[in-house]
Amino acid sequence: MQPINKLNNMQNNIRDNKDLEAIALNVREHIIKMSTDGGCFTGASLSAVDMIVYLYAEFLNLHKDNLTDPERDYLFLSKGHDVPALYGTFAELGLIEKERLANHLSIDDHIYWHPNIHIPGIEFHSGSLGHLPSVAIGVAMDIKIRGGANKVVCIMGDGELNEGSCWEAVMVANAYKLDNLIFVIDRNKFQANMATEDLIPLEPLHNKFTAFGAAVSRIDGHDFNELRRAFEKYPFAEGKLNVVIADTIRGKGLPSIQARADRWFCNFSAGEVEQLLLELHGENTTQLTSETLVVR
Amino acid sequence: MSYEELLTELSLADERFVVMTAENRALIRNLPQLLGKRFIDTGITEQTMIGAAAGLALRNRIPVVHALASFLSMRAFEFIRTDAGIPALPVKLSAFIPGLLSDANGPTHQAIEDVSIMRGIPNMTVFAPADEDDMVKMMPAIWSSPKPAYTRINTRKTSYVHEPFTPGKAEVIEQGTDVTILTYGLLFEQALIATTILKSEGLSVGLINMRSLKPVDEQAILNAVDQSELIVTLEDHFLTGGLYTIVAEVLLKHQKTARVLPFALNEKWFKPALLPAVVEHEGFSGKQVAETILGYQTNHIQPEILKPQFAE
Repeated sequence: MQPINKLNNMQNNIRDNKDLEAIALNVREHIIKMSTDGGCFTGASLSAVDMIVYLYAEFLNLHKDNLTDPERDYLFLSKGHDVPALYGTFAELGLIEKERLANHLSIDDHIYWHPNIHIPGIEFHSGSLGHLPSVAIGVAMDIKIRGGANKVVCIMGDGELNEGSCWEAVMVANAYKLDNLIFVIDRNKFQANMATEDLIPLEPLHNKFTAFGAAVSRIDGHDFNELRRAFEKYPFAEGKLNVVIADTIRGKGLPSIQARADRWFCNFSAGEVEQLLLELHGENTTQLTSETLVVR
Repeated sequence: MSYEELLTELSLADERFVVMTAENRALIRNLPQLLGKRFIDTGITEQTMIGAAAGLALRNRIPVVHALASFLSMRAFEFIRTDAGIPALPVKLSAFIPGLLSDANGPTHQAIEDVSIMRGIPNMTVFAPADEDDMVKMMPAIWSSPKPAYTRINTRKTSYVHEPFTPGKAEVIEQGTDVTILTYGLLFEQALIATTILKSEGLSVGLINMRSLKPVDEQAILNAVDQSELIVTLEDHFLTGGLYTIVAEVLLKHQKTARVLPFALNEKWFKPALLPAVVEHEGFSGKQVAETILGYQTNHIQPEILKPQFAE
C-alpha cells in the first residue's frame, strides 16, 4: 500500500493497476466487515468499488489535504446506499481513519447507511434518489461562471434512473453545455430486489443519454484499463455532458452473492463474514444461511 | 422601488447573487441581460432548479430562485426540504402568485398550504410581505441572512408606508382593546379597511402585519392577546397550518387562552375568478371582515380591490 500523498502526487500519471487492485481488494474487505451487526447494502456497494477507487486514486484532484480548496474536483454519490464503498476508499486513501469504520451504525458516529457531511470528503448528503445530479449541476454551473477547471462527478445507480429528476438534470446539463460534469452510472442491472429490465427497462441506455445530448462512454466498470480509457477522454466532447455507463456486477468479488436479486442489503452472521473474507481471496465458497432482505 | 429594481441593485453590487427561475420571468425580465451567466433559467424544472441552487450555495453563492408558489413549494418540496433544509443552505425562494394572487388559475395554482409546509422544514424561514413597499423593505434582510428562506412575493401597491423591517418582528400598525387583527400578505390591505370600519363603529382596534411567519413574533401575539378581547386571524391560506395554527401554538406554549376568530380557507380551495371577485366570494373583503366581527351590516363602502398586474 502506498501512502496517500504519494498516490495523489501520481495523479495524471499512468498508474500500476496492481496498486488499484490492491486498494479495491481492501475496500471490499471493509464492505464485508460492515455487512454485519445491522448490515449494509453490500451488493450495491461491491458493484461500485472499482469505479470509486479509480476516480479517487487516479482521476480526481481530491485528497485529504485539499478537501475545502475551491479548486478541488467534486464527487457526489447520488446512489447513496453504496456508501460503504466510498468510506472504504476514504479509509484506504487516508481521508478517514481505518479504525473509524468499526463505528458503522454506532450512535456515537455518523457512519450510517447513507452519506453525510460529517464524514470528511463527503460533499453532500444523499439517500433520496435523483437529487445529486441537480446539486452537481449547480456546482458545475458555478465553476463555469468562474471559469474554473474543476471536474464534477456524480455517481448514480441504474435503478435511480427511474426518477424523472435524473432526466431533467440531463436536459438542463445539456442546455447549459456542462462539459465539466460527468454522470457515472453504476449499471449493475438490479434495483432493490429486481432486475432493472424486469421492472422499468432502461436499455438501450446509451441511446437514451445520447438522445438527451450527452457524450456517452460505455465500459466494463470493473476493468481499470477501461475506466482509465474512458475518463482520460474527459471532456468527451466540447459543450456536452459526459456520461459513463459502467457495466458492473452486483456483489462483485463474492461469487456466493454475485448478481443475486436477494443480496442487495446484507446482514451476515459473524461466521459468514469470516468465510466471505476468505471467499474474496478465492479461498472458500460460503454457504449463506442468514436471512435475505426482500423489499419487493 | 420595485422587487426587480432592488434585486438588480443588490445582485450587481454583490457577485454572490445568482438569479434563477424555472421559466418564470415575470418579476425579473431585465435581469438576463444585466447578470449574464449569473442569471440561470432551468426551464420548467422546479426540482432541478432547487438542487442546482443548493449546489450553487455550496460554492458560496446566494441563489434567489423564482417560480410559481404552488409548484415551488409543492412540486419541489422534497428538494427544498432535503437539499436546502437539511444542510441549511441560503437558498432564497421567491414564490410568485401565492394564496389568492393566483386568482383565476384554478386549484392547481393555489398555494394555500405553503406557509404550513415551508415552516415545517427545520432551518427554513418564512415571510409574507403586505405589499410592494413592505416587500422591498424586507428582502435585503431576508437575502443577507445565512438561512434558507421562503417569501410570498407580493407586488401589490398600497398607500401604506411601512416601518423598516427587523427580522422576526411583526409590524404593529395599531393597538386596540376590543379586537386585534393579525394578518399577512395581500389581505393586509383588507385588514386596513376593516380596521377603519371597526373604528368608525366605535371599537378600539389593533392591527398587526405579521411579516415574518417563521420565526414568528411571539411577543406581538401575546401582547395582542393581553390587550384585546378578541383576536382575529386573517389569511389567504388553509385554516390548517397557517397563522391561526401559529397563534394556537404560541398560546399553548405560553399557557394562555384567547377568543380567536379565524378568516381562512377551511378545508377547501377557493373559487377561481379575478382577484376582486375572489376576495368578495371568500368573505375576505375589509367590509365583510368588519361586518363578521361586528355581527351586523353597515353602510360603509368597500373600496375597489384592484386586479393583479400579472396573469401566469
